[in-house]
Amino acid sequence: MSGPFRLPSGGLIDRGRTLRFTFDGRAFAGHPGDTLASALLAGGVRLMGRSFKYHRPRGPLSAGSEEPNALVTLRSGARAEPNTRATVAEIYDGLQATSQNRWPSLRFDLMAVNDLIHPFLAAGFYYKTFMWPARFWERLYEPLIRRAAGLGRLSGEADPDGYDKGFRHCDLLVIGAGPAGLMAALTAGRAGARVILADEDFLPGGRLNAERLEVADMPGADWAAAVVAELAALPNLRLMPRTTVIGAFDHGIYGAVERVADHLPEPPPGRPRQVLWRIYARRAVLAAGATERPIAFPGNDRPGVMLAGAMRAYANRWAVAAGRRVALFVNNEDGLRTAADLAERGVEVVAVIDARPEGARLPGLRHLRGAEVVATAGRLGLRSVTLRHSDGRRETIAADALGVSGGWNPNLQLTVHHRGRPRWDEAIAAFVPGPGGPPGLAAAGAAAGLMSTHGALASGRARALEALADLGIAARAADLPRAEDAPVSLRPVWHVAGARGRAWIDQQNDVTVKDIALAHAENFTGAEHLKRYTTLGMATDQGRTGNVIGLAVMAGLTGRSIAETGTTAARPPYTPVAIGALAGRSRGKAFRPVRLTPSHRWAEEQGAVFVEAGLWLRTQYIPRPGETHWRQSVDREVLATRASVGICDVSTLGKIDIQGADAGAFLDRVYANTFSTLPVGRCRYGIMLREDGIVFDDGTTARLAEDEWVMTTTTANAVAVFRHLEFCRQCLWPALDVQLISTTEAWAQYSVAGPNARRLLERIVDQDISDAAFPYMAAGRVTVCGGLRARLFRISFSGELAYEIAVPARYGDGLIRALVEAGRDFDAVVYGTEALGVLRVEKGHVAGGELNGQMTALNMGLGRMVSRKKDAIGVVLSGREGLTDPGGHRLVGVRPVDPSAGLTAGSHLLEPGAAKVAENDLGWLTSKVYSPHLGHDIALAYLRGGEARIGSRMRAVNLLAGTETEVEITSPHFIDPQGERLRG
Amino acid sequence: MLIPHPLLGPRDAQEFVYLGDAALIDRPDGTAAGIEAFHDYLYLRDNPAGQHRELWYHEQGDRSWLVVTRDTVTHEILKAELARDVALARGRGR
Repeated sequence: MSGPFRLPSGGLIDRGRTLRFTFDGRAFAGHPGDTLASALLAGGVRLMGRSFKYHRPRGPLSAGSEEPNALVTLRSGARAEPNTRATVAEIYDGLQATSQNRWPSLRFDLMAVNDLIHPFLAAGFYYKTFMWPARFWERLYEPLIRRAAGLGRLSGEADPDGYDKGFRHCDLLVIGAGPAGLMAALTAGRAGARVILADEDFLPGGRLNAERLEVADMPGADWAAAVVAELAALPNLRLMPRTTVIGAFDHGIYGAVERVADHLPEPPPGRPRQVLWRIYARRAVLAAGATERPIAFPGNDRPGVMLAGAMRAYANRWAVAAGRRVALFVNNEDGLRTAADLAERGVEVVAVIDARPEGARLPGLRHLRGAEVVATAGRLGLRSVTLRHSDGRRETIAADALGVSGGWNPNLQLTVHHRGRPRWDEAIAAFVPGPGGPPGLAAAGAAAGLMSTHGALASGRARALEALADLGIAARAADLPRAEDAPVSLRPVWHVAGARGRAWIDQQNDVTVKDIALAHAENFTGAEHLKRYTTLGMATDQGRTGNVIGLAVMAGLTGRSIAETGTTAARPPYTPVAIGALAGRSRGKAFRPVRLTPSHRWAEEQGAVFVEAGLWLRTQYIPRPGETHWRQSVDREVLATRASVGICDVSTLGKIDIQGADAGAFLDRVYANTFSTLPVGRCRYGIMLREDGIVFDDGTTARLAEDEWVMTTTTANAVAVFRHLEFCRQCLWPALDVQLISTTEAWAQYSVAGPNARRLLERIVDQDISDAAFPYMAAGRVTVCGGLRARLFRISFSGELAYEIAVPARYGDGLIRALVEAGRDFDAVVYGTEALGVLRVEKGHVAGGELNGQMTALNMGLGRMVSRKKDAIGVVLSGREGLTDPGGHRLVGVRPVDPSAGLTAGSHLLEPGAAKVAENDLGWLTSKVYSPHLGHDIALAYLRGGEARIGSRMRAVNLLAGTETEVEITSPHFIDPQGERLRG
Repeated sequence: MLIPHPLLGPRDAQEFVYLGDAALIDRPDGTAAGIEAFHDYLYLRDNPAGQHRELWYHEQGDRSWLVVTRDTVTHEILKAELARDVALARGRGR
């Protein structure tokens, strides 16, 4: 026998197998089919947690996912998972569970001192108390509150398990496998529709597994098992147990979390712990059942006090008695079932305290009509219940468990996810699905407010038939099995009036009736205000047991009806979702794809250091033996390039093939400067504006034939430029004959720069590339290495004689090796992005720091490129007054007056003697490098009235880095301002 | 959301990039219109609670720009057209 409270027979557990687990280090045993809560209750454990604010001892209130109290940490080490509901956690051999929010132990918790000072900790306490002095907030109050707050703690280690995402499609999604869901799935499944039946429980059947009610003249659980067996055999139906549908999204898309391996010690090899499914459903039936709600009375939170339906579930499904002497406090007919079932199973029922004055009494039980519970006793668990008879007389009864039923709330959360508005149904005193809500979703059974088994079966079948008819799928109405159709017969009792002491409404957030009264007194009477002021309905359970009684108490105080008071809007997710499930595989290196250049393998062989550039990994520099600092490598690469020749992989630049009779005209409209006049076999630097006149991108575009062009973009903007060009082509000038295709990944492209660039390339290129045959800014098709098709562009980013040569990407590895080999005599180097940056700053070319999305061509010193003779994107608005201020920012160069002084990128430029305040800020350093050629730091900068300040001295001030350097403003062209080298 | 692509059928909205009001198709002629007209074109947009015609780009797909008519309150999609067809119908050409 697994524990002193396990009943001798019955239950949907496998008594033939025993599973051993620990709770706070103590050993327990249970059976397959047990949850952690059922196994602990069987073992005599009622105290499972401490409450959030007052650290009150708490036991399980429920037997399902609505549990507010029994939150534990499962597993240990990196797999530790806090705030898991013991009521839904399946046990397995070796499970370690630990209680939370207590110190030093669950039974003796020093923080329970909060409970003694509770008069000071009412709703709004934090808002009112930690106001003054303001500077105490960050240093004192917040750290203290943070330390005291929260329930479980994260392990702080990386989760070793995998999570995944998946996509599924169906005609009908059935959410919940209770009687309504099973009947809906059966109806649609037999009709041949593609059906997904998802249920959060590991055992389909819903409430039928927790009841002794018969369906089709057999135990309900047996009927459910038979239906599930039929469904499982249908090829068109997918059964998804352990899967919670967490939200209804647009156009029939549902989110669902499948707990693939939470019930195992660890996921089997190659399998994830959880999967986040995106289910595309043409129609859906919400058969999520209902959640029982408690009644607020003093001391209603002691371990041993639980919902009557949960108590019945523990007895029927798990064969666990909630206590030795059980009392019940009910206001409706369903609660009486618990009394009958427990008595049937031989559990002593000492009293049935029924708030309803009228009606028949249960035979053979002490059924007290018109009575209410006014107090309870027991420090770590219930010992006695004090009731008030209908005549006002009080009586205290010894009892170690008290089942409470205040009625049932339909689980309508998903119907609210699309602005659906719940409707108050007086007959069952609960909110039911109202108008609005996700199109294609219909509620059935208890989720729709139909509380009988017959109602569930009938509405499940009806909603499925309606959905199938909508979809044009022929279906036959299956016979409805015989089932009970009892009325709810409820007398609303939200809280017991005229009783002293704290009566709990939201047990997870320690919200009491008194807190609701305080919110009312301070005029936080709206449902949403009430939630935020008192925290009613927040945290992991989202108030599934407490919300409606809280609203009802508020309605009683304001004199409005509950319908007028309204309810807060439920939002996804329905139950808590691990961040791991939302992240899926997007973790660590897999967070985003990595793009490798064609020379990557070669660069790895050379020991290159790589840098992330968007998704790309680019060679940053390639250290040689003996180089211990990156600057040594970069300086060498720069100097060798300027002295002889350097090679750089520039394949990451965006490349767009543009073809068509109107391609030239098209380019004239997307570039600020003119392209249509460019002769075939030439390329040109272009500047592309956004429509607001700000520079968007730059690059060179070559004309390979009359109607064929190839554009290059910056690495960063390759995707955005292509998108923009497609917008221009399709939306603005749809009749132009122009076609685009991105060829970024089709070509491996290398820059070859330096005085010996031509001599090196002459060993590779099969054609004549002398200055006369292939002058500066020439472009065209060539062959290399004896016949491989290639493209050659004579363009320079470094200011040197330079070319870019492109071959189909699959030859990129071969070409880099061929270039290095051909350059051996010239001491050719391969340089990375750092040297590339140094070379372009020395030459004064704009790039990342200058193309910052805030500057115009005029700011960049490229104002003359903007042609006003034609219509091009951004040209008109670039002429706005604010963008053409003669005293505005201009690109300049900056060097330290003392060559040994360093510059810091991001430093701001100030006049000598000006105070270091924002009003005196005249510009900033956009890019800074050390120029080995000049022997000191240099920088590019945007400076107000920049051209006029060339030659003057200023200060470069960086308040963050704490640096200040005297600088001289120069031309942005530090090297070869006349451009003699590149034309060489 | 699912977007009914006129050529490819229903496609997940994750495959698309959103731009905004389809009025961006109605770009003034830069050789004739001045700063005022371009200012209004670029910056003044309606923000209706209800039907909205907007531009979506099928970036993870066939690179079509679409004009999608969507109810911003319910997210119901009433129509999806090729932006090129819309532009031609609105008199845009070369």
